[in-house]
Amino acid sequence: MSLTLEVRGLRTHFFTRAGVVKAVDDVSFSVARGRVLGLVGESGSGKSVTGFSIIGLVDPPGRIVSGEILFRGRDLTRLPEEEMRQLRGNRIAMIFQDPMMTLNPVLRIDTQMIETVLAHAKVSREEARARARDALGMVGIPSPEERLSAYPHQFSGGMRQRVAIAIALLHRPDLIIADEPTTALDVTIQGQILAEVQKLAAETGTSLIWITHDLSVVAGLADEIAVMYAGKVVEHGEVSAVLDSPLHPYTAGLIGSVPSRNARGARLKQIPGMTPSLLNLPPGCAFRSRCDRASPACEADPPMRELAPGRNARCIHPLLPAEA
Amino acid sequence: MTVYLLRRLFQAFGVVVAMSVLVFVGVYGIGNPVDILISPDADQMERERAIRALGLDRPLWEQYVWFVANALQGDLGRSFAYNEPALQLILQRMPATLELAFAAMILAVAIGLPLGLYAGLHPHSPASKAIMAGSILGFSLPTFWVGLMLIMLFAVHLGWLPSNGRGATAEFLGVQWSFLTANGLAHLAMPAFNLALFKISLVIRLTRAGVREAMLMDYVKFARAKGLSPRRVTFVHVLKNILIPVVTVTGLELGGTIAFSVVTETVFSWPGMGKLIIDSINRLDRPVMVAYLMIIVLMFVVINLLVDILYTVLDPRVRIEGKAA
Repeated sequence: MSLTLEVRGLRTHFFTRAGVVKAVDDVSFSVARGRVLGLVGESGSGKSVTGFSIIGLVDPPGRIVSGEILFRGRDLTRLPEEEMRQLRGNRIAMIFQDPMMTLNPVLRIDTQMIETVLAHAKVSREEARARARDALGMVGIPSPEERLSAYPHQFSGGMRQRVAIAIALLHRPDLIIADEPTTALDVTIQGQILAEVQKLAAETGTSLIWITHDLSVVAGLADEIAVMYAGKVVEHGEVSAVLDSPLHPYTAGLIGSVPSRNARGARLKQIPGMTPSLLNLPPGCAFRSRCDRASPACEADPPMRELAPGRNARCIHPLLPAEA
Repeated sequence: MTVYLLRRLFQAFGVVVAMSVLVFVGVYGIGNPVDILISPDADQMERERAIRALGLDRPLWEQYVWFVANALQGDLGRSFAYNEPALQLILQRMPATLELAFAAMILAVAIGLPLGLYAGLHPHSPASKAIMAGSILGFSLPTFWVGLMLIMLFAVHLGWLPSNGRGATAEFLGVQWSFLTANGLAHLAMPAFNLALFKISLVIRLTRAGVREAMLMDYVKFARAKGLSPRRVTFVHVLKNILIPVVTVTGLELGGTIAFSVVTETVFSWPGMGKLIIDSINRLDRPVMVAYLMIIVLMFVVINLLVDILYTVLDPRVRIEGKAA
C-alpha cells in the first residue's frame, strides 16, 4: 500500500501581536492511495489550517514552523513556491467550505475552468474547454456545454459546489483536500455530493482528506479518522473502530453529542465548557479542564501512544473498550 | 437590457427637467443684472428699454416658458455681456476644459491604479506606507497652492515647463487640441497633473482598499489553490472585481472635474469653461450661467448613464437583473 501523503510532526503557528497561536501543533498522519481520511474536530481545532499547510496556502502571520509533509516522497515544506504552485490544482486540489464564495463572481464558469486546465497542461483552448465540459458532466451537471458560459450567480449552492469539485478533478489529482465542502448545503444535496465524491475517488484512485465537524459524514465516507483538538491529533484509527469504541474522552464526548434514534428521550450528552484559546496554551493535555477523567498527571503533555493494534490516542486515562 | 436603458433614459430626462427649474429660479434670485450692465447715469427711459430688450420685464414663469421653448430649438439665450449665443460661447471653450479633464483622469488612473495595487498587495512594505502618506498630501493640499508651487518649481526655478495658456494647438475633428503638439503637451502637463492630484489619491485609496478586501476572499484563495500564477490571480481575479468601484468613482469624478476645474484653469490661465463661468457670475450674465449649468447637468446625466452601462459590462449580476426588469 503506497502512501500518497505522510505528515510528520507538522507545526503551523500564527505570530500575532497578542502572541503565538499554535493552530497546528505536532500533527502526524498519513493517507494511502485511494483512501479517505476524515479529519474531525470542532471549530478552531486546527483542521482547516492543517489542510492549508499541506497545499501551501498558509498566509502571514502564519507559517509552518517545523515538520515534514511528504507528498509521494517529496517534502512540500522545502519546495520552492513555483514548484509548489505547479502541484496545486494539479496533483493536490482543494475544495472549500462555502460554494457561494469560492467561485469568482465576475468570471464565467468556462473562464475559471479553462484557466485551471491551462495552468498545468499545454493544450489548446478548445481542448481545455472540452476537458472542462467533460468534468462538469462527470460531477452530474446537466447540459454542461450550455452551463459553461454561465456565471456563478446563475447556479444554486449545490451546483456551485459541483463546479468547484469539477475544477478540483480537472487534472485527476493524487490528493484532494475537502474543507467541510458539504457544511453549507442542504442534507439531500449533501448526500448527493458525498456519493458523487466517493464514486469519483474510487474510480480515479484519488486520496481524500475530508475535513469536517460532522461525525455522521465521516462515518459513511472515511476509511480512517483523525480527531483533532486544540491543534493536536488526539485520536487516530480505522473509522468503525474509533466510532464504536473511542479511546480518547474527547472523541467519546463528540460521539455522545450526536443525537441518535437509539437514545430517544434520553438527555443528550454534551461536553462541558468550550475549546480553549490557542493563544499561549499552557502545557499539558488541552482537554483536561473539560474532562471528567482528568488527574494531576494530565498537566504533563500526554504522548501519542498505540493503545490497541492500529489505534493511537493521546491520553493518559484512555477509555477502555468496555466503557465506551 | 433595452427596457432597462429606456427606463434609465426616462429617469435622466426627469432629472434634466427638474434641474432646469431649479437653475432658472436660482439664478433669477440673485442680483439684478441691469444694475451691472447699464451705466449708473442712464436715465429711466433707457433703463426700461434695456429691461424690455432683455425680456426681464416679464414674470418668472413666462421667462421660463420662453427659455424652455427656445432651449428645445437649441437656443439657450444670448449672453448679456457678449451679445453672442450663450451656447456657442460655452462650446467654444469646452474643448480646452474637456482636454484638461480627460488628461487629468487618464493621469489619475494611470498613476493611481498601479500604486494602489502595489500598496494593496504589500500593505506592510515601506514603499506602500510612503504611497499612502503621499495620498494624504494629495487629498489635503489645496489645489491652488499646489498649482502655484508647481509653477514656482517647474516654470520659474527649473524652467522646464511653460506656466500658462494652451500653447500650440493642432486641429482634429474641427477642434483645436493641445495634446497633438509637443509644445501643447508641455503646456498641458502641469495643469493636468495639478487637477489630477486629488483624483490620483482617491484612486490609490479605492484600489488599495479593494485589493486588501479581495485578497481575503475565498475566491482568491481558491484561485491560488487552482495553481494559477500570482500574476493571473492579481490581474484577472482581483483586478476585475475592484474595477467596479473604481469605474464608478472615476466616472462620477470626471463630471466633477469638467464642471469644477475652475481653480486650476484660473491658476494656469487655461482658456476653458471654468474661466468663462467665473466671469459670467461676476457680471450676472444670466443666460451664460443657465446655459453652463444646463450643459453640466446634461453631462452628469450622460456620464451616470455611461457608468451604469459600463457596470453591466463589468458585473454580470447587474446584467441579469436588468434583463429581468
